Formats: sequence, C-alpha cells, structure tokens
Amino acid sequence: MKQLMLGNAAVARGLYEAGCCVISSYPGTPSTEITEEAAKYDEIYCEWAPNEKVAMEVAFGACLAGKRSFCAMKHVGLNVAADPLFTMSYTGVNAGMVIGVADDAGMHSSQNEQDSRHHAIASKVPMLEPADSAEALEFAKLAYELSEEYDTPVLLKMCTRIAHSQSLVELSDRVVPETKAYEKNIAKYVMMPGNAKRRHPFVEERTRKLTEWAETAPINRVEMGGTKLGIITSSTSYQYVKEVFGDSVSVLKLGMVNPLPVKLIKEFAAKVDKLAVVEELDPIIEDHCRKLGLEVMGKDVLPLEDEFSQNLIAAKLGGTVHTGAALEDAIPPRPPVMCAGCPHRGLFYTLSKNKCTVLGDIGCYTLGAVAPLAAMDMTLCMGASVSAIHGFNKARGAETEGKTVAVIGDSTFMHSGMTGLANIAYNQSNSTVIILDNSITGMTGHQQNPTTGYNIKGDPAGKIDLEQLCKAMGFNRVRVVDPYDLKACDQAVKEELAADEPSVIISRRPCALLKYVKHEAPLAVDTAKCVGCKNCMKIGCPAISMKEGKAHVDNTLCVGCGVCEQLCGVKAFHSTKKEG
Amino acid sequence: METKNIMIVGVGGQGSLLASKLLGHLLMEQGYDVKVSEVHGMSQRGGSVVTYVRYGDKVASPVIDKGEADYIVSFELLEAARWLSYLKPDGQIVTSTQQIDPMPVITGAAVYPENLVEKMRAAGAKVDALDCLALAEQAGSSKAVNIVLMGRLSHYFDLPEEAWQKSLEAMVPPKFLELNKKAFALGKNA
Repeated sequence: MKQLMLGNAAVARGLYEAGCCVISSYPGTPSTEITEEAAKYDEIYCEWAPNEKVAMEVAFGACLAGKRSFCAMKHVGLNVAADPLFTMSYTGVNAGMVIGVADDAGMHSSQNEQDSRHHAIASKVPMLEPADSAEALEFAKLAYELSEEYDTPVLLKMCTRIAHSQSLVELSDRVVPETKAYEKNIAKYVMMPGNAKRRHPFVEERTRKLTEWAETAPINRVEMGGTKLGIITSSTSYQYVKEVFGDSVSVLKLGMVNPLPVKLIKEFAAKVDKLAVVEELDPIIEDHCRKLGLEVMGKDVLPLEDEFSQNLIAAKLGGTVHTGAALEDAIPPRPPVMCAGCPHRGLFYTLSKNKCTVLGDIGCYTLGAVAPLAAMDMTLCMGASVSAIHGFNKARGAETEGKTVAVIGDSTFMHSGMTGLANIAYNQSNSTVIILDNSITGMTGHQQNPTTGYNIKGDPAGKIDLEQLCKAMGFNRVRVVDPYDLKACDQAVKEELAADEPSVIISRRPCALLKYVKHEAPLAVDTAKCVGCKNCMKIGCPAISMKEGKAHVDNTLCVGCGVCEQLCGVKAFHSTKKEG
Repeated sequence: METKNIMIVGVGGQGSLLASKLLGHLLMEQGYDVKVSEVHGMSQRGGSVVTYVRYGDKVASPVIDKGEADYIVSFELLEAARWLSYLKPDGQIVTSTQQIDPMPVITGAAVYPENLVEKMRAAGAKVDALDCLALAEQAGSSKAVNIVLMGRLSHYFDLPEEAWQKSLEAMVPPKFLELNKKAFALGKNA
C-alpha cells in the first residue's frame, strides 16, 4: 500500500523494517523527526541523549552487543560526534550501525552551511544519499546490509528538502535479523596504537572494496537521454535536474556519495558531449571528476552557497526560467521572533536594559539578538556561551566581569554547557551564567531532555536538578528567578553581576507553547489611558503594535503573560478575563 | 498530466501544516503522484513560512519556483504579496484578509503596504480575498482559518465534495471534526 510520508518518517520506517532495535539521538533540525517517528514503533528502543557524541556511542555499544542500531543528528551535530565516528571507522561493527545526518543548505534553521560529505571522506565511512522518501526508506535498509557486509558504520545523509518533503513510499514488514553473538575481540575493538595500526590497512582495503561495489551498485544509476549534456548529481539536486531537463539530457544519479565510483563515471563521461556536476554546497563529486582527468562544469557556474532550485539550474545550465509578477512596494521582511508569552523575553529585556554584554548559545533564545531587544553579542555553537564567557573575563578581568553574562537553554546546557561550567568552577573566573530553563528543548519542536523528568515517550524518567548540579560543582551563588517578573529579574542580574564570585541564575518558566501551560486571558489596552509612549514596544512582543498612536494587543496572539503591563507607566493594560 | 503547483503561505504557527496534510491526502487519494515540502524549525517561530504541494503523473522537484504556482493559498495578506512572484501569469490567489504586523513594522523600521489586494490585481493576479478569521470564529475557533481557506480553495478544483470531506475526516481529530466541517462550508460558500 502506498503512503504519503515525510522523508524523515520514511527513514524511521526503513529502520523499523530493517529490524533496528536501539536508537539514540539528539534533536536538531532537519533530523529530529527520524527519531520521533521511530519512537512510535514499540519494537524499537528510542531515547534522546544529552548530545550527539553520547548518542553515537550509545548506538555503537548497542551494535557491539549484537543488535542493529541507529543515531541521528543535524550536520553540526556530526562535529560533536566526530570523535567516535573516526575511530568506529577502524573498529567496524558487530551488528549493523547506521548514522543519520541531515544537512541544511540554505540554513533554514542552522548556524552554518557545512557539507557533511567531508566527514564521510575524512573518516573513510561510506555515505548514502536518498533523493525522495521512497529512497530514504530503501537506503536505510540497504545501509544495514552494507554495514554488516563491509564491517563499517554507514552514514545516511539527508538534507532539508528530502527530510521535510513528503512523497510516496511502499511499506514492507519488519524483519529482525538474528542477534549477533558478542565475542571479545581486543584486536578489533580496543583501539590502542598497536591495534589501531593493524586496523588502518583494513579501512583502506574496505574503501577499495566499496569503490568496486559503487561501480555496479543499482543505487548509482545511469539514465540515458540526450547526449549533448551529461549531468552527474544526487539528492534533491537530481530532482531539480529532472524537473528542468526531463529526458533531454543524460543523468548519472549517485545514491552513494562516498566512496565515489571511477569506471562508472569515466564511462558515463565518454557517452556525452559535455559533462556537468550538479551538487549543493561543496564541489565533492566535481573534484573527484577532475582528479580522474575529466573536463567538467560545476562550481564555475553554480554557487557554493544556499539551496538550489529548478529555476537556478535552468538559468545556469540552459533551461527555461520561469518568472512572475512583483509589486512596486517594498515588502517588509518577516523574520522569526520569540513567541508572544515566551518566557525568555522578560530576561532579555532585563539584559538589554542593563546594557549587558551577552554571550549567547543555540536555541529559541538566539532570537534575543533580534531588534528591538538586540540583547546578544555572540552565538557560535552548542555550549560556547559558558566556555567563552570564562575566556572573555579572563582576558579583561574586572573590566568585563560586572557587565557580562552567558545565556544558555536547559537542553543546550545538558548538551555541552556543563563542561564549560566545570571550567568556570575549576579555573575560577568571576562569571555570571544564566540558564534559561523553559523545561523543554524548544526550537526543534518540544523534545524532552535530562532536566524535564520525562523520556521520549513522555513517560516519567530520571530528572537532573540544575540547582544541585551547579552547587555540586562548587557554585555558592545559585538562584532561581521567574522571567515574567521584571523587577525580580533586574534585581537578580544586578546582584549576581556585582557579586565577587562566579554565579548561576536559573530563569525558570515553561515554554508558552507547551500543551500543559495554561494561558491567562489576553490583555487589552484602554486607549483613553494609553499615552503612546511605546514603552511596551521595547520588549518586541509580536502581539503588540501601534494603531493610530496607541498600543494595540492582538488577542489571537496574546497569552496574558503581563510583561508589557509592567512597563506601562499609566496602567493602560487590563485583562480581558470575564469576572465570575 | 502536467504537474500542478499549490503554495500555502503564512506566518509560522498559523496552521499551514494541517492544510498541506489535507491536500496531500486528497490528491494522493485521486491517484496522483504527490510531493509536499514543509518548513520546520526556526522560521516556525512567527517567521514567514511556505509549504509546497505538487501533484501530477510524476513529480520531480519537491519545491515550487518563481512563476510556477497555479494557486497561492495565503493566511495573511502581506505573505500573499511576498510570494506573488511565484504565481503563474494566470494563477489564482486565495487569501485571508488578516494582517499581522511583522517585527520590522512593529518597531517602525518598515511600513505595512496598503491596498495589497488591489495592487496584486493590478499586477495581473486573480485574487479571491475573504475574512477567513471572522469565518473561523463563526465556525467556533480562530484556529480553523486553515480549513476555511481549504473550503474556499475547493471552489477552484473539479473534485467531488465527498473527496474533500473524506480527507477532512482522515486528517482532523474526531473531537474537532464538526467544527472543521463547519469552517470548510463557511469558506466554500462565502
């Protein structure tokens, strides 16, 4: 039976059908739904790990124990997990292990646009790359076969347009292979120098064998059409090529992007007048072709940046470019903003008001950088706020200590903020760290984490106490504040910045979008009282705008958090709650 | 059949995912090849969001490019105008007249353009504009704007009413089915 299925859900289905038993992941757009969907199959043990490195090592442990395993992450998550990846390439696997990694060309929800294929090449691990949901399902299953046959972890690379597009798939039954016996094998699994030295030639030989497989693998497919132009492509780029050219050109569609075939490419090149490579981001297939001595079009005409589309391919390679009408008016941009009632808003208003230098981190609260709050000075990667404030204050001492803070969410703190905090406690900088505890992993769409007390299925689980954790590290000053209370926020920030020792402020209130959070009635403005001073506009709430010189509350957005009310000098706001 | 293209545009959080699910189900049931491309993550936090629905005998690209959309279904007026260049020369816009100020307008850094419906028509677009928020509230919930819009869109499709109803039943939780059926009818008959 055919079903319309999201690419990520199709990966999850493939894992299920392949008999995968253990999945450990850290959420990250656009990879998150793979694990969320897999968790709906009761036969698979699924969990959210604190970070990608832990997730990958959990999956490794499971495959070592003899069960097929999986972990998923976004492209930057693979940087975090690169350490186990590079050495797992040497140890190989017992039962099959697959690693899902999702790139984000166009940076819909990411801090950089790196190309994960570099990790596959550098770690010498094979990488498959599906071009729609049906392939996502099929490749997930194939990845396990390759993993077990060639004794290697296998990378399954998604991208935003494959992960978050629905297309038709056909389902099969789940087949669970027999559990592999666990046998102690020091030479294979204990990677100390002498053993690793003997494993390295195995890795090189494996790549040679996989290259041979790639030459005739059905997933590397030639579609002969017109021979004036031949295009080598993969993933979503393949779909754009087919959209523009149909059968008027010949296409070599690659399903495995590491290692790349040699003979297959040379033979394809010989059949066409002109050769082009269409690949998003870096010129990996193109460079491979050049090494083979082939003359090829690629990044000389196509961009290194951003996603491709059919019009782009048409414009650069000679197809029909479509255009549409446009208005003369400038259309104001609509950037993402903190939601109405977002608990981060009150805290960021306080930081903005106190003119703090704010070292930020990765999450919804990165939106604190957006005007009018503009209360962020730096965002780099997961956990960097806590490590960087220590360096910032060590460099400048008293000059910065009294006005600099680090802000990090609860999930990001669990991911990689704890080690930075240990460094502050150990090497003693007078730093103030603010944990924005909204009791969920927000930006990726509400995943549980070790501080929430619930697991991936929503069942009760272990719960890490942030206050106790900070105290155990040696922080004497740990305090909790409600970010809806502006006076309390202001007092906490002022006092902790003034203190003569490192401190942690936990700004605690659940995300306003959580289902269990009860909203207050929307506020309204008494236009007779409002003097149009725009004080309430300083918090950048999407529910408040100015209409005819007076503040106006959009009652479809307002959740009655009352932060704006605290900024009004003339008490113009009132609740719309009906009495009785 | 040549591939047909529907774009659903709006502001993150307005419910475009349910609308695209409904269309995806409807078109698949008609035997078409279908691709639906969504946006998750950061832009869902009040940013401009777009969902692409494509159907035909064989659909390749998951996205719709400039000048390709047969229909643009919009939850918000400025968003209809933002994506206007994606409409085919003879394409149809179905939009709610709701206006939500984006942050640059709220902060005073930009102005919300006036008379957008007239201007889009002057640019050659066929525009069907109606107050979907009022109709959704009439049906029982301001959240039903997505289904009001689907009701309106159904006007332009040569598909039996039962097919739409069947997809509604498949995609909407039973608890909200009556409300959404009402919203669909209000949109359709407006």
